[in-house]
Amino acid sequence: MQISCDINGKAYTRHIEPDLVLIDFLRDLGFLSLKQGCDTTNCGLCTVWVDGTPRLSCAMLAAGIQGRQITTIEGVEKEAAAFGQFLAAQGADQCGFCSPGFIMNVLAMERELTDPSDDQIKHYLAGNLCRCTGYAGQMRAITLYLGARKGELSCE
Amino acid sequence: MFGLKEYRVAQSLDQADQLLHEHKNNVILGGLLWMRMGRKNYHTGIDLSQLGLDRILETEEAIEIGCMTRLRQIETSGILDACFGRVLADAVSHIVGVQFRNAATMGGSVFSRFSFSDVVTALLALETHVHLYRGGILPLETFLESSPQRDILVKLSLKKKAWKTSYQSHRMTATDFPVLAAAISCCEDRWRISLGARPSRAKLATKAAALLPKKPDAAQIAAACDQVVEEMSFGGNQRGTREYREILAKVLVKRGVEAVCR
Amino acid sequence: MRIVNTAVPKVDAMALVTGKPVYTDDLAPKNCLIVKLLRSPHAFAKICDMDTAVAAQMPGIACVITHRDVPRHRFTMAGQSYPEPSPYDRLILDQIVRYVGDPVAIVAGTTEKEVEKAMREITVSYEVFEPVLDPEKALDHPSVIHPEKDWHVNFDIGSQVERNLCCSGGFESGDTGAEFSASDVIVDEVYHVKANSQAMMETFRTYTYLDHNNRLTIVTSTQIPFHIRQIAARALGIPKQNIRVIKPRIGAGFGAKQTLISELFPAIVTLTTGKPAKIVFDRTESFIGSTSRHEMIIRVKVGADKEGKLLAIHLHTLSNTGAYGEHAPTTVGLSGHKTLPLYNKAKACKFSYQVVYTNTMSAGAFRGYGATQGTFALESAMNELAAKLGMDPLTLRLKNLLEEGEILTAYHGEKLNSCALEACIQKGREMIGWEKKFPCVRISDTKVRAVGAAITMQGSSIPNIDMAAVEVRLQDDAYYTLMIGATDMGTGCDTILAQIAAECLECELDKIIVSGVDTDHSPYDTGSYASSTTFLTGMAVVKACERLKGKIIRAAGLRLKTDPAALAFDGRAIFNDNEKDDEKNRINLDDLAKSLVVGAGHCLSATASHSSPVSPPPFMAGFVEIEMDLETGKTHVIDYVGVVDCGTPINPNLARLQTEGGIVQGIGMALFEDITYGKTGKMMNNSFMQYKIPSRLDLGEIRVAFQSSYEPAGPFGAKSIGEVVINTPAPAIAHAITNACGIHLRTLPMTAENILMKIREKQ
Ligand SMILES: Cc1cc2nc3c(=O)[nH]c(=O)nc-3n(C[C@H](O)[C@H](O)[C@H](O)COP(=O)(O)OP(=O)(O)OC[C@H]3O[C@@H](n4cnc5c(N)ncnc54)[C@H](O)[C@@H]3O)c2cc1C
Ligand code: FES
Ligand code: FES
Repeated sequence: MQISCDINGKAYTRHIEPDLVLIDFLRDLGFLSLKQGCDTTNCGLCTVWVDGTPRLSCAMLAAGIQGRQITTIEGVEKEAAAFGQFLAAQGADQCGFCSPGFIMNVLAMERELTDPSDDQIKHYLAGNLCRCTGYAGQMRAITLYLGARKGELSCE
Repeated sequence: MFGLKEYRVAQSLDQADQLLHEHKNNVILGGLLWMRMGRKNYHTGIDLSQLGLDRILETEEAIEIGCMTRLRQIETSGILDACFGRVLADAVSHIVGVQFRNAATMGGSVFSRFSFSDVVTALLALETHVHLYRGGILPLETFLESSPQRDILVKLSLKKKAWKTSYQSHRMTATDFPVLAAAISCCEDRWRISLGARPSRAKLATKAAALLPKKPDAAQIAAACDQVVEEMSFGGNQRGTREYREILAKVLVKRGVEAVCR
Repeated sequence: MRIVNTAVPKVDAMALVTGKPVYTDDLAPKNCLIVKLLRSPHAFAKICDMDTAVAAQMPGIACVITHRDVPRHRFTMAGQSYPEPSPYDRLILDQIVRYVGDPVAIVAGTTEKEVEKAMREITVSYEVFEPVLDPEKALDHPSVIHPEKDWHVNFDIGSQVERNLCCSGGFESGDTGAEFSASDVIVDEVYHVKANSQAMMETFRTYTYLDHNNRLTIVTSTQIPFHIRQIAARALGIPKQNIRVIKPRIGAGFGAKQTLISELFPAIVTLTTGKPAKIVFDRTESFIGSTSRHEMIIRVKVGADKEGKLLAIHLHTLSNTGAYGEHAPTTVGLSGHKTLPLYNKAKACKFSYQVVYTNTMSAGAFRGYGATQGTFALESAMNELAAKLGMDPLTLRLKNLLEEGEILTAYHGEKLNSCALEACIQKGREMIGWEKKFPCVRISDTKVRAVGAAITMQGSSIPNIDMAAVEVRLQDDAYYTLMIGATDMGTGCDTILAQIAAECLECELDKIIVSGVDTDHSPYDTGSYASSTTFLTGMAVVKACERLKGKIIRAAGLRLKTDPAALAFDGRAIFNDNEKDDEKNRINLDDLAKSLVVGAGHCLSATASHSSPVSPPPFMAGFVEIEMDLETGKTHVIDYVGVVDCGTPINPNLARLQTEGGIVQGIGMALFEDITYGKTGKMMNNSFMQYKIPSRLDLGEIRVAFQSSYEPAGPFGAKSIGEVVINTPAPAIAHAITNACGIHLRTLPMTAENILMKIREKQ
């Protein structure tokens, strides 16, 4: 079957198998930032935005994105780098395998919640597993980043 | 991952129904979170996303939840909050994560009749009706007990009443399936006690609920808790033994009733 | 120090946070054959017959490989220096399958769908044997798991395979019998640590191809590129020189990738077909077809006098190595050798062990490597002893603690040259608020808060065995390339080693380019395990940089026609050390470097190797505050304080993150992580849906502090940190549980149900 969609601001039309999974579709197109960490839809590594909403690309069919807008970290590289600097300043990017999905969800959270409390942040990001960092460094990075976005602090 | 020969976006419920019955290997696609784990080969997958069934609507007497409504909408809906308190939000907010709940649908969650379901446990404590395309409208209790038929769950409707509610669950980790889940509601002086993940499918403890007056005292609550264990069966699985679930049942019901009274 | 001991960001940070394609599967060519494994449904069986003819003829299928087609050299998959102490008890595919998931056939084809389809067409008939699933019943079980004649071991490790005994041993110092008799108080209990999964986010994956000279290239997510080369050579029966191993960025390992797991399957497909091939384990395979932490059942007997002076300790470990003996003799050793030395003052100590084979997945390396299991047992026993003595558990520790300068009897007689453990305990006690909170505070009818503590040590590299070589090259724009064989697996060793080099060469960090590991180009390194990288490879970097500095000065001497002895180097220029203004005798490094690559120049590069006769232990004191729901048993860690002595932290941020990550893994292990097998030996929790690792909602605050000693044998005083950090949570939380409600849990994990049922039993 044929689908057309928008990925990171560019139009794509492709022939696909009806059961092609979105993550495989996107990786095949060269969006290699996407990572798969599980077969049970509960690690968060494969997070992308579909029409601006964070979704798991391992649990969507490419067929289902007809006419929709997909955003991967490649499409928000500047923002990712801006937040990434805060992560790096904490040393909280360890193996980095969880980073693309995690960062996409952090940026989605930033758009969706205003002035979230620590608990709200943790709750929003609960579906992003990380086996390396123990999460505390990520939390410090997020707090400093959100503060900086409000003009309060720098990444140091 | 499951296999699919064809993908069809239904243009009407009629068409979806027709497609579903065209071939015994055709299937309705919900949020795919559960289906994704299967390895079955289907013929046609039927996408309901273009039918406007992803909404929560308020009518005179009920709240209607379309089958393609996502769990995240349930969690953030002001309408549901106003009518039912936090019971539905609390029931879904533990489920995996935001990205997951942006996808998982109410239709998939209810139609699957999962025994571990938080969603079903909470809905059961409210007066919920299931609207099936072929099977008509039936109370959730009846739906849960009926054997699975090939049909489309179109929407759910929940009676608007002066509900006071509470949701309690015990989990081994914050985003795991519940070891046991309890939803408690009270409307006027009628209580409903729903227990899920026993580990079998959610059910109402009607006798225990009947023991509770409008403002129960500690002894009455304790008696109702004992009755819960008396009238319901509990079992063991990887997440807990029968004995532990029986203990939990009393604790969760007690806490739920107390929370409703507060 | 300018750069060492500062929290610089990791050198690869920006690539990782912007999602650059740097991992194995991102780099694999698109035309790779897809390789998949048919796995055994039985825990113990012999393959009688196998029909692959239909599958092999199916569209897209390139080859189907069975036990009939593989070389017959037994080998171990453990990544260890040759001759490996782990027994050679594996084949790539064997006629006997020994656990549910043991590979039976390798299928390769053009697409995943085709391969999966073909796999369904393979028929296998098995003669099924009674599996051995309980390690306590393994010894002399009628089922002998390794009956093969060619089972081989390079050393005497005390094995009796016909009894399912993989290895055994022990030692005694002093007369424990007599000291126990003299003891006023004795604790004698059995502790049980279950198998856990490393569960790194990137599952096992490898791709292989033949280069233009028909050499096999293996690109793989591993901690041990050089050992992969060694194992592959033996297993495939080809010379090492025909194999090249490349390690890209890897999505963590935690020890899981210190064992060869996925590499040989595409390798043999490539050798068979001549085509590039790739295997990516899904999460289920990653759980069921790799290695886990060794389950250990540890009996601890501790005796003390009335004042709390330790007289004797005896630790006996029964370890379950599963179907194969990867890391069996070494992990079990650490359960004693990295715990008993903490109480070096005890008059006598004894350690004995047995490691048995069972029909479950092979155990292997996992952060902590046996020390974790031993620490849970010994530290729990120490806490129980303190309670029996009516003594504060920290006072008991301080009274018996090892000290700098002591010869550590249970640690191969090594002298302890750096130790700030006492300061760690004091600091942690303050941070957690021990005086106010010990043992517990009731906060409501149903909730109680309690504290608990434990201490631990690990090592830094395997003495006299681990080896690291590095090469530093001066490049013509006055920057350096640092060639290492150590593998950064997210731990940040590329950054840490660059920091050390920049410090030594007195340059900025961005002047050091660290290249990834490629066995054709990188100097030899045993790999990143045994907490060796910072300590060992770091020291090699120090040595190599010193050598290179010497060479730079000599080269400058030649250019300047001056005696190099009079010259000095400050990172930017080489100049007359006595006469700073002597412009004639001054040359910028940049100019020197450029001139060296023209005509009769002489490229400057220095290599150095390092191995260490000692393995200086890092230390940690862990303190926990929990909140327990007395009606459900639910226990939440609300605060965890870890105070670490890792010597000089080369990069305090990365050291902190190692600690936080290790603590959280330890909390998962303590409270819920648990690999369980069903009645037929099938792993019950083989996905993230069933095997839960901590999410960010499962934790309270994690606080880390450093109390640094200075280790003379390490680079800039550094020791290791990667492993020691996982050891304290289990015993500290067990202690807090006791303090909350008076029960003793001696089996992990300590789930809410186990807690509640024990409370009820007590009542
Ligand atoms: C890892 C994981 C953890 C989970 N944890 C929890 C938990 O803690 N608590 C909890 O309550 N739930 C939990 N769930 C279940 C989850 O919340 C959803 O209920 C589940 O994923 C099904 O919803 P879906 O929209 O993804 O349905 P799908 O997977 O798309 O479909 C499920 C089934 O329902 C059918 N179906 C879907 N929509 C309709 C319809 N409108 N009419 C008829 N048939 C339909 C499909 O054909 C399919 O057979 C978990 C699921 C996973 C994968
Ligand atoms: S890969 Fe794990 S949630 Fe998508
Ligand atoms: S950094 Fe490795 S999984 Fe998160």
